[in-house]
Formats: sequence, C-alpha cells, structure tokens
Amino acid sequence: MTFSEASFEVGQVAEPPEPQTPAKVEGRSQLQLTWRRLRRDKVAIVAMIVVVIMVVLAIAAPAFASLTHHPVDVAFPDTGEDLSGNPVGPGVNGFWLGTDGSGRDLLVRILYGARISLFIGVVTTLVAAAFGVVIGLMAGYFGGIIDTILARFTDAVLAFPYVILGIALAAVFGPSLTIIFGMVTFFSWAGIARIVRGQTLSIKEKEYIEAARSLGAGPFRIMFFDILPNLMGPVLVVATLYIPQAVVFEATLSFLGLGVQEPTPSWGNILADAENFYATSWWYVVFPALFLLLTTLAFNLLGDGIRDAMDPRTERVLAARRNRRKDKKKLGAANGQGSGLPDTAQIAAS
Amino acid sequence: MASDDNVLVRVENLVKYFPVKAGGFIRHTVGQVHAVDDVSLVVERGKTLGLVGETGSGKSTLARCVAGLIPVTSGKVIFDGKDITKLSRGEMRPLRREVQMIFQDPYSSLNPRRRVGSIIGDPFSIHGTATGSERKRQVQELMERVGLNPEHYNRFPAEFSGGQRQRIGVARALALRPKLIICDEPVSALDVSIQAQVLNLLSDLQAEYGLSYLFIAHDLEVVRHVSDKVAVMYLGRVGEAGPVDTLYSAPRHPYTVALLSAAPAADPDTAAARQRVILTGDVPSPIDPPAGCRFHPRCPKAQPLCSEQEPPLLPPNTTVLPVTVSPEDLVASPSSSPDGETIIGSDAHLTACHFPVAPGETLVGAGNREIS
Repeated sequence: MTFSEASFEVGQVAEPPEPQTPAKVEGRSQLQLTWRRLRRDKVAIVAMIVVVIMVVLAIAAPAFASLTHHPVDVAFPDTGEDLSGNPVGPGVNGFWLGTDGSGRDLLVRILYGARISLFIGVVTTLVAAAFGVVIGLMAGYFGGIIDTILARFTDAVLAFPYVILGIALAAVFGPSLTIIFGMVTFFSWAGIARIVRGQTLSIKEKEYIEAARSLGAGPFRIMFFDILPNLMGPVLVVATLYIPQAVVFEATLSFLGLGVQEPTPSWGNILADAENFYATSWWYVVFPALFLLLTTLAFNLLGDGIRDAMDPRTERVLAARRNRRKDKKKLGAANGQGSGLPDTAQIAAS
Repeated sequence: MASDDNVLVRVENLVKYFPVKAGGFIRHTVGQVHAVDDVSLVVERGKTLGLVGETGSGKSTLARCVAGLIPVTSGKVIFDGKDITKLSRGEMRPLRREVQMIFQDPYSSLNPRRRVGSIIGDPFSIHGTATGSERKRQVQELMERVGLNPEHYNRFPAEFSGGQRQRIGVARALALRPKLIICDEPVSALDVSIQAQVLNLLSDLQAEYGLSYLFIAHDLEVVRHVSDKVAVMYLGRVGEAGPVDTLYSAPRHPYTVALLSAAPAADPDTAAARQRVILTGDVPSPIDPPAGCRFHPRCPKAQPLCSEQEPPLLPPNTTVLPVTVSPEDLVASPSSSPDGETIIGSDAHLTACHFPVAPGETLVGAGNREIS
C-alpha cells in the first residue's frame, strides 16, 4: 500500500507523523485510536494515575492496617486520644494522618472508606450503564409506543427528588449498603438511557442499518452488533463522568446517615462524624474531604480526556488545532510575502 | 413475451404511499406521498432492468419494496413465484438470501465501527452458513473476487477509498449468492473512472453467477451501459419502458426525450449540434400529483386530453385512444400478459402517452423555449 501513515487517521487530529511508527499500516480500532490520542493529554494521564493510585490504596487497605497495627474498627483510647479525649494529630503516636473522634486510625479508615466509595462508584455505574444502554437502545430503535413509555419513564426518574426517596427508604427499611447501591443505580441509568436513545435515533437511519436489515438481521442483532459499537464512545465518556457522581452520591447519603453505618467506614460517614471535631481537629475533616475531592476530580478530568480523545471535534482540540495553524501561517508569511497576489490576478483573469 | 420461467421478479400494480402527519399532540394523517403509484414490471433471470428517473420519482422506494424492506400499500411483488408482500419476518428470512442490495452511499452503507471482515462476514453469521475459519476463508475469497486485497480483512471502512468501499458493499451483497441484486444508484457517489470499474465488476459478476439486477440510476449513460431493459419513472409512475436500444434510439415519451436531451455529451461537436428540450417548471408535489398524465403540466405536447385521461402503458402503433381500448386489443398485442396487462421489462417498447413522440419529431420549440 502506498498510503501514508497519517492518511489512515481519518477524522482525528492531523498530527505530525511520528518518526518511530513503522511503515507497516494496520487497522486501528476506535479504542486503539482513542488510547493513542489520550496518551498525549497530560491532564488525563495525571488523572488516570491518581485513579490508579486510589484503586491500589483501596485494595491495599488491609496491608496498611497491619503495617500500622491499627485495625480498621479498633479504638485506641490510650494512644489515639489526647488527655481531653480529642483525636490526636497527624504523625502522633504512629497515626500517619491522626485519629478520628473515637481514637481510631484515620488513614486506615479513609482507605477502607475508599473501598466502599470506589466499589459503589464503579459497580453502580456499570450496572446503570447496562440498564441505560438496553433501555435507550430499545426506546430509540423500536420507537412508537415503546419509546413513549420508556422515554417518559426515563424523564420521570430524572425528575425524581432522590434525597427524599433516600430518606424515605432509610426510614422504612433502615439504612444499608443495599439501599445505597439500589438508589445510586436507579438514579444513574436514566441519563445514560437518554443519551443512548438520542444516538440510536440518529444511527438507525443510516444506510448500514438498512443494509443489515436487508441481510435479514433481527432487531436485537442490529441493536447490539450494529448500533452499539457506534455508541461505545459516548457511553464510555458518560460512564466515566457518572463514577464521581456516584461516589459523591454515596458520600452524601452516608453523610446524611442514610447509607453506610458505623463502624463500617465510608467517606460520607467519616465526614459526618468529623463535623463534631472541626474546631479542634482540622485533619479529621481535611483528609477525608481531600480524598473525596481528588477522586472525583480525577474521574471527571479523565472523563473529559476520554471525550476529547473519542471525538476530536470538541472545542478544546479545535482550539489547539487553530493555534497550531496560526503558528504555521506566521511562519509562512515570514518566509514568502505577497501570497495573496496570484489569487487576485486569477480573479481578474476570470 | 416474458414467459414465467424466465421471470425472476414480477411486480404487479405496486403502490406505496407514505402518510404525511401533522399535529403536535394528536398526530393525524393529512395527506399521502404517492411515492410509487401502480407500477408493474418484471425482472428476467440473468438480465438487468434499469430504472431511471429524477430525484423523487420513486425509484428507491420501489427498490425497497421489492427488497421487502418496507411494507407495500397494495400490489404484489412475486419473487420466484412467491408473493413476498404478505410474508412475516420469519417467512421472509430465507428470502433475504435471494435478494440483496447495493447501496448508493459507500460511506454510510458500511458500519464505521466494524472491521471489513466482519461486515462482509455478516451475511454468513446471520444465516449461519459458515463460522470461524471457514467464514474467514469465504470472506477473503469474496474480497479477492471483487478486487480487494484479502489481507485487508482486519481494516475499518474508513481506511478505504470510495470505490473500494463500494466493492466491499458488492462483496457483502454477493456473499449469500443471491439471485437478484438491487443496485440503488451504486455508482452515483463515485468518480467517473471508478464508476466504470465498479460497473465492469458488476457485469463480470452477472456473467459469472447468472445474477439478475434491478439497477437504479439517474445517469442515463450508466443505465444504457448495464441494462437490457429500461423503465423511465416520473412521479411514481412508469412513463416509458422497453429494450435499451429502442428506448434510447427512439424515445416515445416526451419526458424521456427531454431526459435524453439533457444528458451531457462527451463530444463537443455533438454537444453543440444537439437540441435540448428544456422542461419548464418543477416536478409537482407527489402529495397531490396532477390528474391525468402526471407529466402534462410540463409536457411540451400536452393537450386537453392529457389532463383528463391517464394514459396506459401501450406498445407502439396502438393508435386507439385509451378511452376505447378494449381488452381484446391488449391481448392481441404481443407483450401483454393474459389478464390484459402490459408488463414492463418484457420485450415490447411501452409508452404511457396519449401523443407519443414520433421518430424524427422534434420537441424543441413545441411550447418551450429553445437553446442551442
């Protein structure tokens, strides 16, 4: 083949050819292309590293507990509290980030809390994405009465006051992880379903869908083999942006006492307890809040990065491209002046 | 006469209306788009029926009805002796293997997120005819047959040029060895040089596999090149039909004459010498088509009769006016089927015009302005 490397990156940013790429041309999938572009996004890479560190820390939480000899729900009234019964600060008596209101190791509790937060964030988003994709695909593809029912249901879920529902459920069934899980999932799928439905509506009019129909493909084959691959981009982006939302949602419910209950730690209930000590023990509030902030920020920035990498036509990338072009023009103007002259001559001739 | 053994597809009085809906809360039908209105035609085995007409004349709708992609309003599509308009989706499935389509736009007719091997392999996996390495072997064979490099099995459509993409579309249509391939403007989106390659590929494949084509185009030269018979459509109806040579050399319907005169000529001398028939006005709305002959508002030869009586498709020298046509006249004509209906795609040259254009007659100046 005589095609150059660059000519195959159709629809993506025209990058200067990379010298290290081999001459052999290979087909790249959407994921490969996205990854290539994502690699050049420094913010997204940093965010991804933060996310990975969080996950590693959460997995390694028991290791920290045994390293510091401070099991997660054991209070240390002798070493973990000062004479007036308040928490001790960071670095005191082997408590790296200090202790909490009951004299427990704050770092260990935060790391155990990360397990809950990340688990809720990732798993609810996965489940919600699966539901959202199926419901959105069905609504968009079948249309008609199915669409009306599903789309109105989606709108109703989006409009529902979730905190009130959470309080009500906690009052009736008692607060539990299951309720949190169900609540977060239930309020996450609707947004994904709406996006999937909109995309499906436009994709199902494409000729390749008609081609699939003329080959004899059934509706489910068309939905999951022909339409779904075209939706993976937006779904992946939205899902990445839903993870921090779910994390915050869980923290909010636990903070309000509707979610994870003591002695199981969660960022939400740690912060709720820290409220009582903020005047004397700054670390008790700052560190869990910092973990929560870093995690949600990292997921959000990573989601933005993936979105830009999936669809290079977004504003940020376009702006970068414009700047690059401007630079080139400046260079060109400096090298050869009067490039406008032949143009006017041509116009005059015609 | 086209005997039934030779006929692969017989379309009888096909009608397809699309409802026009209005209203915010309560949607109600306010009109009908007469996309295809009472069209009958046949496609013979191993032959190509060309379908020409301008945008909006109902060519593509007709094709989709024949392919069973959209339900018909009324009429029959008899494929290999079986009416496919009444079949359920399950009953339709085996027939999908017999009828395939090649689409106009090589860019939107291939799923951009799937690899070429999987696109061409789709027919096999849908119908379960080949799996695993056998499927890959067959797909690569097909790719080779249509002039693609089989090593490009794992590439995405975006990595191919327009002509190559159309070859992918041809390979996909060919995969199940269909009897009929409906080509919906297969070369309209391609460069002229690439058009010739794809057209030659199509005619090679026809010779090799004995395919029948229903070939739709608005390019008259393309249709002339590939077709055995041609039907000219205007506003959902067939205006003229016949073997390609007679229709092109002696068009009888004023619309065909105008259409042929509008085709660009490659030779500048010919181009300067020919006389163009310029049609005035626009194509009328298919929601409310004109009464009588649908072409009469723009026809240079229009007479009062044209707006009153709808001209039937008749072979030449049927001089009787349609008012007095009796079934015996039609039965006597060599190209009519036993029920007195003339069938497009058979050997006769049929014209739906009260006042057909005689050979040598010039339409230029007949109610229209002339440019040279």
